[in-house]
Amino acid sequence: MSILGNRVLRIEDPRLLTEGGTYMDDVPLEGAAHLVYVRSPMAHAAIRGIDTGEARAMPGVIAVLTGADFELPSDPPMGGGDEAMSRPTLARHQVCFAGQSVAIVVAQTRAQAVDAAEMVMLDYDHLPAVVDPEAAAEGAPYVHEAAGTNIVREFGELDPAIFEGCEVVVSQRVVNNRVIASSLETRGAMATWSEDGKLTYWLSTQGVHDARNVLANALKVDAANIRVIAPDVGGGFGTKVGLAPDELLVAAAARAAGVPVRWTETRSEAMANGHGRAQVQHVTVGGSRDGHIEAYQLDILQDVGAYAGIGAFLPQLTRMMACGTYDFPRVAVRARNVVTTTSPVIAYRGAGRPEACAAVERAVDLFANEIGMDPAEVRRRNVITPDKFPFTTKTGATYDSGEYTRALDLVLDAAGYSSLRDEQQRRRQAGDSRLLGLGMSLYVEITAGGGGSEYASIEMRQDGRAILRIGASPQGQGHATVWATMVSDTLGIPIDAVTVISGDTGLVPEGHLTGGSRSVQIAGSAVAETSDLLVQRAREVAAELLEADPADIVHDRTMGRFHVAGVPSSGRGWADIAEAAAPGGLVVEHRFQAKGSTFPFGAHLAVVEVDAETGKVTLQRFVAVDDAGRILNPLLAEGQRHGGIAQGAAQALLEEVRYDADGNLLTSTFADYEVITAAELPDFQLVPMETPTPLNQLGAKGIGESGTVGATPAVHNAVVDALLHLGVRHVDMPCAPERVWTAMRDAGGRTAEVAR
Amino acid sequence: MIPAAFEYRRPSSVDEAVALLAADEEAKLLAGGHSLLPMMRLRLARPTTLIDLTALRGELSYVRDDGGVAAIGAMTRHHDVATSELLRRRVPLLAHAASMVGDPQVRHRGTIGGSLAHADPAADLPAVALVLDAVLVLTGPSGTREVAAADFFHGFLETALQPGEMLREVRVPIPAEGHGWGFVKVNRRAQDWATVAVAALLERDGAVVRRVAVGLANMGTTPLRARGVEEAITGRGEDGIDAASQRADEGTAPASDIAASAEYRRHLARVLTARALRQAFS
Repeated sequence: MSILGNRVLRIEDPRLLTEGGTYMDDVPLEGAAHLVYVRSPMAHAAIRGIDTGEARAMPGVIAVLTGADFELPSDPPMGGGDEAMSRPTLARHQVCFAGQSVAIVVAQTRAQAVDAAEMVMLDYDHLPAVVDPEAAAEGAPYVHEAAGTNIVREFGELDPAIFEGCEVVVSQRVVNNRVIASSLETRGAMATWSEDGKLTYWLSTQGVHDARNVLANALKVDAANIRVIAPDVGGGFGTKVGLAPDELLVAAAARAAGVPVRWTETRSEAMANGHGRAQVQHVTVGGSRDGHIEAYQLDILQDVGAYAGIGAFLPQLTRMMACGTYDFPRVAVRARNVVTTTSPVIAYRGAGRPEACAAVERAVDLFANEIGMDPAEVRRRNVITPDKFPFTTKTGATYDSGEYTRALDLVLDAAGYSSLRDEQQRRRQAGDSRLLGLGMSLYVEITAGGGGSEYASIEMRQDGRAILRIGASPQGQGHATVWATMVSDTLGIPIDAVTVISGDTGLVPEGHLTGGSRSVQIAGSAVAETSDLLVQRAREVAAELLEADPADIVHDRTMGRFHVAGVPSSGRGWADIAEAAAPGGLVVEHRFQAKGSTFPFGAHLAVVEVDAETGKVTLQRFVAVDDAGRILNPLLAEGQRHGGIAQGAAQALLEEVRYDADGNLLTSTFADYEVITAAELPDFQLVPMETPTPLNQLGAKGIGESGTVGATPAVHNAVVDALLHLGVRHVDMPCAPERVWTAMRDAGGRTAEVAR
Repeated sequence: MIPAAFEYRRPSSVDEAVALLAADEEAKLLAGGHSLLPMMRLRLARPTTLIDLTALRGELSYVRDDGGVAAIGAMTRHHDVATSELLRRRVPLLAHAASMVGDPQVRHRGTIGGSLAHADPAADLPAVALVLDAVLVLTGPSGTREVAAADFFHGFLETALQPGEMLREVRVPIPAEGHGWGFVKVNRRAQDWATVAVAALLERDGAVVRRVAVGLANMGTTPLRARGVEEAITGRGEDGIDAASQRADEGTAPASDIAASAEYRRHLARVLTARALRQAFS
């Protein structure tokens, strides 16, 4: 009997719900000054001068710092590109997006810092804004003049020849809208330097060790002299991977100002720094009228924003996952990364894979619509069949396991697909102004991309408590619950006898990060294997203690005791074993190395109602099959699915970063930027399905990003499906009321006017 | 997200509040704060004195029947307006509209007086006040005066309130028994300001409209009456709704902004007017 697979309640919650969490801004630090950034109000300008005189004279001001005060390396374009496109940590000669930091004020209180920041005078020469990525790709004006181009890099090739001989070819420009992760807690950091040059640094992060390494390199400090601590982290969604310039500067400013410094990003600052998605795609799909797709081409224009950071990697993942669940005979993918005078694009829940899924799922629907076949049937005729795994796609991904048709059938059955189609038909014939739309997605995604490793150690103390140190640090996922459950299960001790330590380089010697839906399969596997190793070690100690051969020692997991086979009364508990292991102690350390990436998959069905007169879309039902291999805690896995589906639906219906033609951010508050709320969402109908992966002993794949991968195209397709009979073939996301209304009107279908 | 420095005052009577208001031209009243505080935090509003009216709840939070008029204290919260027995029974349009303002947090903080005095044309209640022919009672250094809602809204966030004056009561004539009403809005999320909202109130002789008022939110810099629609439907029955509603955007000047274009707003005004009138007929 294993407790794994049960709905174990989160062990984190009693503390969070009673005393409350300790998030970045709650961490006390005596004598800490407050840092506030002076940010560019302009999208693109040459900096002529920064006058800090008045600001320095303001009450409470300790330091006003500009780029000239720091010797920090610029970041060249990630993944390659012209050095002229490098990102300075603090802008010195030029600003390339509105919201870019140009100066730092350190003051005794936050209010004093904000007041003084208003008094820093910036002298700029305007440069033309470059907002539209398609125009940017065409040529001047350039974001980085010396580069002489806005294209950072390009890979892959288009190949029109793959469509030769296709009976039907459909093309569509598809916008994968720029969005904001909107984690409840924004970024934040705090730094204090000791007199002997050691740095203690608190950071709201997805990985303390990675952050420490970036700090060590940039600040030229031995990593051993840096301790990075993550307090409770209120969400990350990819935006807290690595170390952002504004975070790095907190440590640099503390050193320059000679005082401990803390910084908490405001919501509007968070909304102006670090966006997700932002691709313009051209999909082309060709095949025969019997529903077989023979060729698929995806042309990706990735807007990386002002500087090529993590955003530069998104199209690589989009390309890798371009084929989705389908066995397309011929495939071509090209990607171009282009800079614009907008916020840098970074990782956001899915990071490149939702973009791939959105493109191919839209393409399959366009094809199905063109040949007049049910989109479910077209999917069935083109999926990779179970007998073909492991399956290597035309774009180089090797899928570990999958049963795609079964996932699709499960979701359609659970939804009552055919009766929904009947209802849709009935409404269309009756001229009902509540148009029904059914949209599906059949997805596969990659988790723990590239494999990876993670560190774990377990120490059994003489009081019978197990101390787990784990390299992955959480942002609210419930890691501690899962790890404690696993240790408890393997060792045979109560869950509350397990202490989980993570998120502190001073307490956990090594680690990587939480991201790319890797934690259960990589950190979890590390915990599982380390637990096994501890039992093995305990067996040896017990053998000595009981004067028996280790092979004759029985580990009774129900009691948490070790005894000689056939003599249960001789048993010794974990505390006894730990005592016997003194002075060396009972402790094991282990690094798990993943064999490769895993490929979770699933199928989603969205049911929407479109108001034919206003274009307003209501998501009425959502049914999801998400197969992430073996599920260790359904409660937590469902939580991941809920949040992911909500964010995925939000991209399809509501969320969109908007800039005006001058590069001013129009969506800089939650009044303008439409994060989805519970009021816009139905209950989700979650259908279980588990196909274990052969790649780790748990059989687990990742679940964190399935929702944003699958839900966006399902909801998007549902909106278009509702409008098909009016002659609409495509509506770009987000399917806001006016956009839907305009599409209906332009299609020349039934006009949405009052008069009937 | 930290406001510029300001003085904070918390008067315990209307007289005291008015005196404070008169003493500082750059003072602002805090009567809920869901519009004012975000603007202050973004430093788009920089009052030098913030006069917190919370302590006036005892004096200014009430809904009473004042002989054919529902008298509503300016500090009455949306939630209390929405759940008032008197309003639900006799002025259901107002109770319903108040129940649709923002989200539960907003409705438990925001007040009817705060909403009307702020005069955001996208807000729900100003248009409803117009339709109900509400009378606003203003108190200032030179005494108390009454202003009809029709004369109260002067422009975007501008009202008839003079320096030193505050809104203390909203007086809503109780509509005739058996009147019909409708309130509909389109917004992207439940908590958003209306892209467009329409309020309608009508009295009938049998199947024929005797008296009607239609109010539009977010179709200009102030809440507006759709006079063309009112004229077209008066004396007509339900079958006149569609034609009359076509005139809903007459005389309006809706903005094009991040939520919608002016053209779409005009379209919505027509569609929602028809729906509000249909609700009012049913």
